[in-house]
Amino acid sequence: MSTKTPQDLSGPDSQWMIRFDKVVKQFGDLTVLNKLDFHVRPQERVTLIGPSGSGKTTILRLLMTLERVTSGTIEVHGDYLSHMRRGGKLAPADEKHLRRVRKRIGMVFQQFNLFPNMDVLRNITEAPVRSLGRSRSDAEAKGMELLEMVGLSDKAHEHPTRLSGGQQQRVAIARALAMEPEILLLDEVTSALDPELVAGVQDLLREIAQTGYLTILCVTHEMHFAQDISDRVLMFDKGQIVEDGPPEKIFSEPEEQRTRDFLQAILNA
Amino acid sequence: MNWDWEWTKDFSGDLFTTGLKVTLQITLFGAIVAFALGLVLALLRRSETRWVSTPTRWFIEFVRSTPLLVQLFFLFYVLPGPPFHIKLSALTAGVIGLGVHYSCYTAEVYRAGIDGVPTGQWEAATALNLPRVRTWTSVILPQAIRRSLPALGNCLVAIFKESPQLSIITVLDVIGTAQELGSERFRYLEPLTVAGLFFLVLAIPSSIAIRRLERRLEY
Repeated sequence: MSTKTPQDLSGPDSQWMIRFDKVVKQFGDLTVLNKLDFHVRPQERVTLIGPSGSGKTTILRLLMTLERVTSGTIEVHGDYLSHMRRGGKLAPADEKHLRRVRKRIGMVFQQFNLFPNMDVLRNITEAPVRSLGRSRSDAEAKGMELLEMVGLSDKAHEHPTRLSGGQQQRVAIARALAMEPEILLLDEVTSALDPELVAGVQDLLREIAQTGYLTILCVTHEMHFAQDISDRVLMFDKGQIVEDGPPEKIFSEPEEQRTRDFLQAILNA
Repeated sequence: MNWDWEWTKDFSGDLFTTGLKVTLQITLFGAIVAFALGLVLALLRRSETRWVSTPTRWFIEFVRSTPLLVQLFFLFYVLPGPPFHIKLSALTAGVIGLGVHYSCYTAEVYRAGIDGVPTGQWEAATALNLPRVRTWTSVILPQAIRRSLPALGNCLVAIFKESPQLSIITVLDVIGTAQELGSERFRYLEPLTVAGLFFLVLAIPSSIAIRRLERRLEY
């Protein structure tokens, strides 16, 4: 099988918000993603499902530049994310390039990862001020709006550790939105929550998804939530896409046996 | 041998005003050097550039593996001569010696504090596109230093207790003063006991305060 080196690739294509081209990701001897190709259109909402270890989270982490590709390229809205052009060739992206492209992407983590040394409002305003160069007062006004939206405006000056998991996750969502990303990555955002707190966070995300201006990539094991939030579902196994289609189809009449097995396993869990 | 209360009362004032003042000065300035330089060393040690991190590691190992006494002798008796010709006052040499020596311990304390900040904090900073320097100053160091405070407090107490070593390079701290007082009468029981008590009286509450701080600093 012939492989293209990055130099042979035609330039990025801006009709896609996200494009993975023969992406390989290995951790030591373990190949997590194996020549993965996929595209996401602007404002498309995609849920990634599949057994653990199938590479879903790795895709989000590659997009957030928390990991680097082993080979292949990732493009984000017409720009290489993993690489940059240097002297007519593609070279691994440097920090400056990463910072420029990364601006378009926000991520909400399973473990919230709020900064415990800052109050809630500061958690939300720190990056707009330090990274986008907003004035403190503009950032705070916007931050209060976002807190209003997530229903926590009374907690602006509270310490994150004094909030419940659900409240912390809502702050984390507000914090990601404060950076006005084009792409929002949701990495099992309700898995660490107590069951009674899951619904609040999911409702908020449904609302955000319905506004329709964000491209969303979501990794979740909550199939109802996946069905509500996404207009496309990708079933992964062993670092490859097994099935790709609208949620109604994937969840009610999947074509692949592996998808059926996986959904059955989830239902029985 | 009987305890001479009369004499004890006479010299205690002196011991307090001159000796203890010097001891506290040494401790304070030594600690400032140790805490500031230690942080710099900890950061240099983490540098991705090998020619920065490796010499830093050697320096830390070297200082930690040689006695403070030798370092003090070197600063005070060797530096003024050729080829260095650097003359330091006893107090300056002592503060630098003590500070640099303990900076190699505080560097390890900071390192542990930095390593203890969860990976998720780094990842959130990246996801928010915070500039590298900001990630350090706004997110990582405030948490790392907070985690390091109890251990830094222990270093402070250690610096305080090691400060009498400076009497070997003619600094007259509490112990140096006590020794001088003793040599006047060839009687050391009272001055050295009182000097020792000063240390005890200051070190015990400090240790208790540090333990309290440790509990209070849980997020």
